[in-house]
Amino acid sequence: MASGRNWNWFHRMGSPRWFYETTGRWLPWLWVLTLGLMLIGLVWGLAFAPQDAKQGNSFRIIYLHVPASFLALAGYYLMAIAGAIGLIWKMKLSYMVMKSAAPIGAALTFIALFTGAVWGKPTWGTYWVWDARITSMLILLFLYLGVLALQYAFHSQETGNKASAILALVGTVNIPIIYKSVDWWYTLHQPATIKFTSAPSMHPDMFQPLLVMIVAMYSFYALALILHTRTEILRRERKAGWVRELAQRAQPAEVRQ
Amino acid sequence: MIASSQGFAGYLRRDLLLAYRRRGEVASPLIFFVLVSTLIPLGISPDSARLAELAPGMIWVMALLATLLSTESLFASDYQDGSLEQLLISPQLLPLPVLGKILAHWLVTGLPLTMVSPLIGLMLSLPAAGLMPMMASLALGTACLSLLGAVGAALTVSLRKGGLLLSVLVIPLYMPVIIFGSAAVQAAIDGLNWLGPLAVLGAMLSAAAALCPLAIAGALRLVSNN
Repeated sequence: MASGRNWNWFHRMGSPRWFYETTGRWLPWLWVLTLGLMLIGLVWGLAFAPQDAKQGNSFRIIYLHVPASFLALAGYYLMAIAGAIGLIWKMKLSYMVMKSAAPIGAALTFIALFTGAVWGKPTWGTYWVWDARITSMLILLFLYLGVLALQYAFHSQETGNKASAILALVGTVNIPIIYKSVDWWYTLHQPATIKFTSAPSMHPDMFQPLLVMIVAMYSFYALALILHTRTEILRRERKAGWVRELAQRAQPAEVRQ
Repeated sequence: MIASSQGFAGYLRRDLLLAYRRRGEVASPLIFFVLVSTLIPLGISPDSARLAELAPGMIWVMALLATLLSTESLFASDYQDGSLEQLLISPQLLPLPVLGKILAHWLVTGLPLTMVSPLIGLMLSLPAAGLMPMMASLALGTACLSLLGAVGAALTVSLRKGGLLLSVLVIPLYMPVIIFGSAAVQAAIDGLNWLGPLAVLGAMLSAAAALCPLAIAGALRLVSNN
């Protein structure tokens, strides 16, 4: 298939070994970036951003709540797209990424719901309310858990992967509903503050640390996903020569035969 | 040349015939629906006013659970006796016979539920304004539930203890349907426009009818190679 454009780069990316070795080089930088951004964002937001006029200091949980929610939604798309790529191009690596994305996304959704509940108590007077955004985020959590459960239900790894990919794609319909739910239904949860087409309805002094935290969370997600996927690669390819070499090299000198 | 409609009509007829021969089995979801609706006045309150408040949502929940119970067996018997494999190697475009099977399933579970719902509504003191919207929303909604449930059934057909996993997979997909279904009935009871939520249900049904057979076909091919 060398006519026209060369797709070798795409197919090369499907090699678990290539992925393992390349991300191994990126990891130190990714650690530094993630920890740095997280530190800056959290300290700036939690300590230095100005107090909110109505909510006082309790609004500061936004610096965890909003980035976690963003990533929970984005992570589902990533999981579904990885599943789609795996189904279409039958790429093992893509399935491994999808499998790794599921627990991370589920955890982030849980964090979003939990921090939201903690925030809701002082501001709305209740931990939980069945409004559109919160309910659809809960549905998202269940979708993640379903994809996770299906992975492990089958004896054959490959069947489990493909079944999860199909399920993930079927559940993708929910994401635009969550995103738009606060605009379509006027409910308790506030409408979108960050818009693509107009200025955010938040003071810049509060908004800038939020942006930093969102970028930090994306970086954290990338880090977590890469670490998970690397472990998954090692587990699945454990019989391959390069993994055995890696394991042997990692053993201390006395144990080597 | 085999017409593309032959697969659809053929499997529709086959499944209706099979359901007719297993009348007792097929009537179970309906009996379940009626039995469970007796539990509500017994367990919560026989007071008419309170029942009227709960009725729209509770009837929808019970209809959903009855449909969920019946979707387990959608592909199970075909998988066990090998006729699913025959379906897969037949020269039909797989989504069409699948759609026929699901339509047959709806005709023997969802449609009876819809027909019986006014009776249940009367038993649970559903206000009169809600009876027609209840039937309409259940008619569209149970069709949607059959389609979505079939996706889960196809994914779990080869598993031995697939029933519980099926529920875990399918209930999150069911949630938007029940939200809009009971919203339609509640809106009618409150005197608001109930055609809005009904239209959303119709949209969900159209999308499900177009897309679910494709997902189901993919899932069936997948689990048969197992």
